[in-house]
Amino acid sequence: MAQPLVKKDDDRDDEAEYSPFLGIEKGAVLQEARVFNDPQLDPRRCSQVITKLLYLLNQGETFTKIEATEVFFAVTKLFQSRDIGLRRMVYLMIKELSPSADEVIIVTSSLMKDMNSKTDMYRANAIRVLCRITDGTLLTQIERYLKQAIVDKNPVVASAALVSGIHLLQTNPEIVKRWSNEVQEAVQSRAALVQFHALALLHQIRQNDRLAVSKLVTSLTRGTVRSPLAQCLLIRYASQVIHESGNTQTGERPFYDYLESCLRHKAEMVIFEAARAITELSGVTSRELTPAITVLQLFLSSSKPVLRFAAVRTLNKVAMTHPMAVTNCNIDMESLISDQNRSIATLAITTLLKTGNESSVDRLMKQITNFMSDIADEFKIVVVEAIRSLCLKFPLKYRSLMNFLSNILREEGGFEYKKAIVDSIVLLIRDIPDANESGLFHLCEFIEDCEFTYLSTQILHFLGNEGPKTSDPSKYIRYIYNRVILENATVRASAVSTLAKFGAMVDSLKPRIFVLLRRCLFDSDDEVRDRATLYLNMLAGDGIVSETGKDVKEFLFGSLNVPLGNLETSLKNYEPSEEPFDINSVPKDVKAQPLAEKKAPGKKPTGLGAAPTGPTSTVDAYEKLLSSIPEFAGFGKLFKSSAPVELTEAETEYAVNVVKHIYDGHVVFQYNCTNTVPEQLLENVSVVVDASEAEEFSEVVSKHLRSLPYDSPGQTFVAFEKPEGVAFGKFSNVLRFIVKEVDTSTGEAEEEGVEDEYQLEDLDVVAADYMLKVGVSNFKNAWDSMGDDCERVDEYGLGVRESLAEAVNAVINILGMQPCEGTEVVPSNSRSHTCLLSGVFIGNVKVLVRLSFGIDGPKQVAMKLAVRSEDPAVSDTIHEIVASG
Amino acid sequence: MASFAAYQDNCPFVKNILILDSEGKRVAVKYYSDEWPTLSAKLAFEKSVFSKTQKTNARNEAEITMFDNNIIIYKFIHDLHFFVTGGDDENELILAAVLQGFFDAVSLLLRGNVEKQEALENLDLILLCLDEIVDGGMVLETEASVVAGKVASHTADSGAALSEQVISQALATAREHLTRSLLK
Repeated sequence: MAQPLVKKDDDRDDEAEYSPFLGIEKGAVLQEARVFNDPQLDPRRCSQVITKLLYLLNQGETFTKIEATEVFFAVTKLFQSRDIGLRRMVYLMIKELSPSADEVIIVTSSLMKDMNSKTDMYRANAIRVLCRITDGTLLTQIERYLKQAIVDKNPVVASAALVSGIHLLQTNPEIVKRWSNEVQEAVQSRAALVQFHALALLHQIRQNDRLAVSKLVTSLTRGTVRSPLAQCLLIRYASQVIHESGNTQTGERPFYDYLESCLRHKAEMVIFEAARAITELSGVTSRELTPAITVLQLFLSSSKPVLRFAAVRTLNKVAMTHPMAVTNCNIDMESLISDQNRSIATLAITTLLKTGNESSVDRLMKQITNFMSDIADEFKIVVVEAIRSLCLKFPLKYRSLMNFLSNILREEGGFEYKKAIVDSIVLLIRDIPDANESGLFHLCEFIEDCEFTYLSTQILHFLGNEGPKTSDPSKYIRYIYNRVILENATVRASAVSTLAKFGAMVDSLKPRIFVLLRRCLFDSDDEVRDRATLYLNMLAGDGIVSETGKDVKEFLFGSLNVPLGNLETSLKNYEPSEEPFDINSVPKDVKAQPLAEKKAPGKKPTGLGAAPTGPTSTVDAYEKLLSSIPEFAGFGKLFKSSAPVELTEAETEYAVNVVKHIYDGHVVFQYNCTNTVPEQLLENVSVVVDASEAEEFSEVVSKHLRSLPYDSPGQTFVAFEKPEGVAFGKFSNVLRFIVKEVDTSTGEAEEEGVEDEYQLEDLDVVAADYMLKVGVSNFKNAWDSMGDDCERVDEYGLGVRESLAEAVNAVINILGMQPCEGTEVVPSNSRSHTCLLSGVFIGNVKVLVRLSFGIDGPKQVAMKLAVRSEDPAVSDTIHEIVASG
Repeated sequence: MASFAAYQDNCPFVKNILILDSEGKRVAVKYYSDEWPTLSAKLAFEKSVFSKTQKTNARNEAEITMFDNNIIIYKFIHDLHFFVTGGDDENELILAAVLQGFFDAVSLLLRGNVEKQEALENLDLILLCLDEIVDGGMVLETEASVVAGKVASHTADSGAALSEQVISQALATAREHLTRSLLK
């Protein structure tokens, strides 16, 4: 053993922080390094100095280029010494210094000498050092020795050469690939680690040759692989081969037997690797999963935390796709909730929440409650999110889950955590009607003692929208008014708004709200006073006229009908002048993107963020937009707005989509245009519509867009008159505009513009445009109560179809109706299917449809269509639609 | 250091090995991944690892945690905290084997007297031990006695016979230490 670097002090116990490197300084150590140059080397002292240098590097000290070079040259002198310990430190030092190419040459000969030395330890280390610092040219010189080393009988030397090969493969692949014969031989080595390193290198050499990898795996899975590490590698390669062999729906999966046999290996790391590989097989069946789950279950009760963690983490992943397979482990999983290791406990809980059934929820919640107090916020958020999805899965259990949420809401916690809880409660309130009152009540209690202004204001806003609709709105008033007395100005202002909403919605409360609002007139903050004054005048101005009442509600509840982004830009552009800012000058275009986003699957509006816009459907937004255009005001009530239809290919110069707005006697096409060319400004943009293939339609209004700058969407409208009821047609569209060049550096457009046109795709008005998707909760009841007075039944042959499901979808799309009771899903392989649809046809006529499909051998699909509606003419129309479609 | 991305997909890869003291200060560290390119990034990582694991009891069995898409296996003894980090899709048990191998090898080399003082006084042994257990992220050897043997043979004055003696001696001390800790 090396001697201590500094003599121990006798009284070092008194010193709190004693270190042999106390007060060490780079400059001084570099001075000390001069001993390397002594003609009579003192190996022990030299080792100590190197250790000090390494200590400095390890603590994050860096050497300048000059210092590093000096140290490097000094260190090379030490090759003269024959001391083994010192030589070992020299190797380490050279690796740490990572010398430059011209410096490497200095040590190459010394290292090559060591590589051929009789001492195995020299050889192994010299190989590693040389390969670490070498470059391509040098490599060819030593290649011969490396090949020999790979098959050396000393495992340390062989491993050193193989591992070096793995590193070199990244930089000099063509050289290393020439070694594959030797590497192949090393795979058969009796030394465990050599086998591991050889296998890793061989696979990397061959990884682009699928066939070779497959052969390698086949031969090795039959043979004996000694090292557990090598076995783990083999499992990884085998599952890769399985994955690449692709679809194995039929018959046995190749190598599955091998994976399964590894579950009985004696090394835990191999068992686990195999179990994990099985769970990750694509399209794994429950029969294949079972043995893997069984061994993982055993690991769950291991005394080693690492094993428990590995098992629970894997099972957690399995639970996402195969919850049923994991339920067997639930009992072991529950005991892990109290695990010392909180990562394990959290994974256990979230797994249980995924696999649990309705009956276990209560018990689970009790256990979680004990557990919540001693985990970190980030884990708590994970748990809260799991509970939120559990509650949506089992709505009947909302009571215990809501209680749980409200309890943890009262505990200590940071903003992100609290926000996650509040979001969850809001979501439950919205999705589970029964949870409404208790949820609001919990939120009220929370704002009584809430330190986060953001959350308070959001909750107050939400309370204002939801509270007045409850059975006893008056009980919320106290909570809200308390905010006015106790909170900061921001919260006070939003409490005032909330009060006003109650006053506007609930007549019986109005006098009391007046009293409260009047008190707010003396608030110390001007925003609070302003709001109180405004609301008082608004509410008081009422009384009798229902018109004003409606306006008040509109004002209080309506969302701002201009996008905030646009308002912001307009306000920034507004120059203070005599002329007041006109909110009507703000462009009202809704970017097409947010609409598309809303439709994106899986993106549910979660929590408060979505609260203000949540319930407002797209139709409402359109209605507001259209009614703000005077030309369209006389068209009556908007019946339906279609989803946007793209009229241009993606990534063209101008992106245009169209929304069809259907009125009783009119159709309005809303063209949403986006200019994607930064160098252009479009002006006087309009769409010229040729309706020659739509004889029943005649153009009445065309509203052009004054200017369309880069990347800021705008709209142009064209309105048509059409006969009452249904009319179809095909419209061809051309975008017409004046284009002006824009200097992108200054953003200024040229004076002169050029007229131009851009061909858009055609647009059809079809039957589905006249049908609103409206579901019914009980189709049979609705069907029976409609009666058969207006029933029309007929049969149709649909010709050859790909599948029954495809035929069903086609008919649903043609009719544009809402499938009921999940009947749009056709079980695979079924020969017949009944589909129930409901909808509201233009003119507000309820329509119910019962479709019976049958398919015979050569894919001929026949359909029986039964329609009931409130109007026989409509029933006939439906048949006409189907017949023509 | 070479780029690892190409081969860490398939091969078990160790991102770093750390020994910190009871205040989270470095005793010896070795990074194999370029995920933490600068000194400050490394120190920040060490700080968060230390603070997240500090309160746990990892004295008997190795413990495990996960953050920032890394798995960290750790074990404490006296005033020393040992850590091994790997990617989040790594086999936890392989990383645990590396930690155990390193931990035991250090115990052998320090003759069972594993504490900061002793570790610093024998820093050369610790650094050699790190060098023998993992090479550029690849696991070189996990058997503690083999690792300790390789390191110890260098420090023996000369001849191979002595090195064996050192190991058997070290093993004896370790065994003694173990029995003592069991009797406590």
